[in-house]
Amino acid sequence: MKLELRRIHIKDIQLGNETAVKDGVLTVNAEELINLLKEDERIKDVKIDVARPGEKTRIIPVKDVIEPRVKIEGKGKGFPGVTSKMEQAGEGKVNVLYGAAVVTVGDIVGFQEGVIDMWGEGAKWTPFSKTYNLVVDITPVEGLQPHIHEETVRLAGLKAAEYVGEAGRDVEPDEVLVYEMGSHAEESKKYPDLPKVVYVEMLISQGLLHDGYVYGVNTQQILPTLLHPNEEIDGAVISGNCVAACDKITTYQHQNNSVILDLYEQHGKTINFLGVILTPELTTLDGKFRTCDYTAKLCKMLGADGVIVSEEGYGNPDSDLLMICKRLENAGIKTVLITDECSGWDGMSQPLADTTKEAVAVVSTGNVSHVVTLEPADKVIGDDKAIATLAGGWEGCLEEDGSMKCELNAVIGSTSEIGYHYCTAKLY
Amino acid sequence: MTRKGGEKMKFKVLYYVNQFFGQVGGEDKAGMAPEFKEEAVGPAMGFNGLLQGEGEVIGTIICGDNFFNENKEEALEFIMNIIKEKQPDIVVAGPAFNAGRYGMACAGVAKAVVDELNIPVVSGMYEENPGVEACKSKAIVVKTADSAAGMREALPVMANITKKLVKGEELGLPEEEGYIPQGKRLTVFAEKRGSQRAVEMLLARLNGGEFKTELPMPEFDKVDPAPAIKDLSKATIALVTSGGIVPNGNPDRIQSASAQKWGKYDVSQRDALTGEYYTIHGGYDPVYANEIPDRVVPLDVLKEFEKEGVIGKVYDYFYTTTGTGTSVANATKFGTEIGKELKEAGVDGVILTST
Amino acid sequence: MVKEIERYGIPIVHMATITTISESVGANRIVPTIAIPHPVGNPDLSKEEEYTLRKKLTERALKALSTEIEEATHF
Repeated sequence: MKLELRRIHIKDIQLGNETAVKDGVLTVNAEELINLLKEDERIKDVKIDVARPGEKTRIIPVKDVIEPRVKIEGKGKGFPGVTSKMEQAGEGKVNVLYGAAVVTVGDIVGFQEGVIDMWGEGAKWTPFSKTYNLVVDITPVEGLQPHIHEETVRLAGLKAAEYVGEAGRDVEPDEVLVYEMGSHAEESKKYPDLPKVVYVEMLISQGLLHDGYVYGVNTQQILPTLLHPNEEIDGAVISGNCVAACDKITTYQHQNNSVILDLYEQHGKTINFLGVILTPELTTLDGKFRTCDYTAKLCKMLGADGVIVSEEGYGNPDSDLLMICKRLENAGIKTVLITDECSGWDGMSQPLADTTKEAVAVVSTGNVSHVVTLEPADKVIGDDKAIATLAGGWEGCLEEDGSMKCELNAVIGSTSEIGYHYCTAKLY
Repeated sequence: MTRKGGEKMKFKVLYYVNQFFGQVGGEDKAGMAPEFKEEAVGPAMGFNGLLQGEGEVIGTIICGDNFFNENKEEALEFIMNIIKEKQPDIVVAGPAFNAGRYGMACAGVAKAVVDELNIPVVSGMYEENPGVEACKSKAIVVKTADSAAGMREALPVMANITKKLVKGEELGLPEEEGYIPQGKRLTVFAEKRGSQRAVEMLLARLNGGEFKTELPMPEFDKVDPAPAIKDLSKATIALVTSGGIVPNGNPDRIQSASAQKWGKYDVSQRDALTGEYYTIHGGYDPVYANEIPDRVVPLDVLKEFEKEGVIGKVYDYFYTTTGTGTSVANATKFGTEIGKELKEAGVDGVILTST
Repeated sequence: MVKEIERYGIPIVHMATITTISESVGANRIVPTIAIPHPVGNPDLSKEEEYTLRKKLTERALKALSTEIEEATHF
């Protein structure tokens, strides 16, 4: 498969009378977008706003972040199986509004939406303080069942990203990245001596606001599945969850999965990258045994020499992470795990809910309970009182003056377990 | 932590040593009660020199190792009184190398000083000294050799850390500064993103190169099983949960993750939880628990067992907190507090449900 | 929390779905349950069947509390 990601560097964002990109400035016609989204009758109201890096703006509660793109050549558009009809993703030419992001916000569905600060202390902890954000604040009609509420907001965000992405259709990109990888047979013939590496990507698949989707299929229903890396970076996998804002893999981060991109960088040079195995994290013990056995088996069948395993969430999925590690290590396959830690406010607690001695190589993406103090914002998009109920916040953590303390738990992308961000933890 | 930064005054160090390093005697004097000398004695002298005029040892407490370990309260009373009187900026104890009793004495002093007076403490011990586990999270314990032959190396490291702590300077990594890790996981920024570090770590492993894990695996301690209930039909059984089941409105505002508290609710008049309880736990799909909270805390069936005489009684209260993201330290604290109440109430057995 | 309560000498049984975690962490009496969002329930069953299931699981828990054990045991 060959995929070209053609990046149009976005330097600013504004609302205006048209939706277009000129000289790196993205203009969005809010009214047109709102009308488009309100075609879904489950949506009562939509508010559009913008947030730029450096502005003293706080966005809360954040559900998802999506990168606006448009496929100009090749099969499939948008998010196949979800916003558009089912097509094979992973090939063709895609124009990317690089540096822009659609952020969905709104009425709280559950406890684990998050916060994005565009300046100051908070900005350090989220990668989305550096993107030009189009914030879509969605109010659903009253009385929606929680599962429907989530779906409505999810789809609205994706549609918004597609709509905005269209603005890039006829624009010349600033840089073009080519991702090309043939079949295993072809690649192994080209690089017979390079070690074979597989990326096991664990996805939280545990119910309302804890789900993921591949080609529109809820990952609770799948067996561990082999994907060509191009598929994920071309929109085949989207986020349906808010599993602790800190390590939720936003749709944006699926589209730009850092493990995939960093492994791809090494393909043909130091490794033979065989692809991605999507592994659901389930809520029953039997389910866990099934997915862990199956994942390990796939790695063995592929002939992997090394595997990077990333987790999504913490607590019960720590068990899956370590079970997969144990099975692989016992089969002679070298693993590196990427996970965050729950070490408490003082950092003194045991970091994981489970343990296994085979996990000798682990990358830590930080302590989710690390407390940060965020200064008062000049502007809040959404509702900052939501912090009291968000995971990572607590009653009384929002001060009268608008400043707030919260754990990294509540900050979008802070302890990303796909290693998207730069946090780590050191033993002191 | 008090600071003396910016002022020309020397900071004050109070030094603690045992009978041997205090030059009183050996094993024969291990039973000596604590004494205070208004000068630097033994290693405190060398230590004083290393402070290079920035600080000074204002006195040395000498105490027998046996006396301390066998009369802890009395020893600490004396020691703490001296410290409160002399008001040092920092207390230095040892180094104890591998001497177990000496290490435990230093640890005892360290804990009391840090907890009660909020004055920092620096010590030095060999890694395996039992005093390390006892106080490493409270004091900064420098890593030393296993015998007094390591005195010359240990003192400068201790002096250096002492100066930094008094000045309020942040300490670097344990391996850089020379102390035994306190067990604290500090979140910092790395130069490279996590995925990049993972790729490099994997390449190192595949090529047989060296690598260092960023997260050493935790070890969990075990508890002996408690004796079984002899007669269930007379037993009082209590329910506890980490599933975050609370009364409507969450009156005690228990957090949805990383719980900082637990709640206790009277269920003596209820036959089931359904109707007035729901979940605030942010780590699982709440729909089923909200419908029938007994799916997480089986009060309904337990009450039926009580009616049927299978058990003696359902305890009047059930205890709840949120398990997701809740640190082991907090969970341990909650367990200890809840356990105490249950013990005092004479509860015979506990069912704890998790999600 | 299980271990801390047990330290007081009160027998305690951990009803949990991910028993691998219970074991790693050191619970002694363990009853495996249905699923994380509903450990002692199953919304796919009728209300009566579900109640019977819950009763059965809780019965196992009570049995665990009245059984002497030497080491971690599943019931």
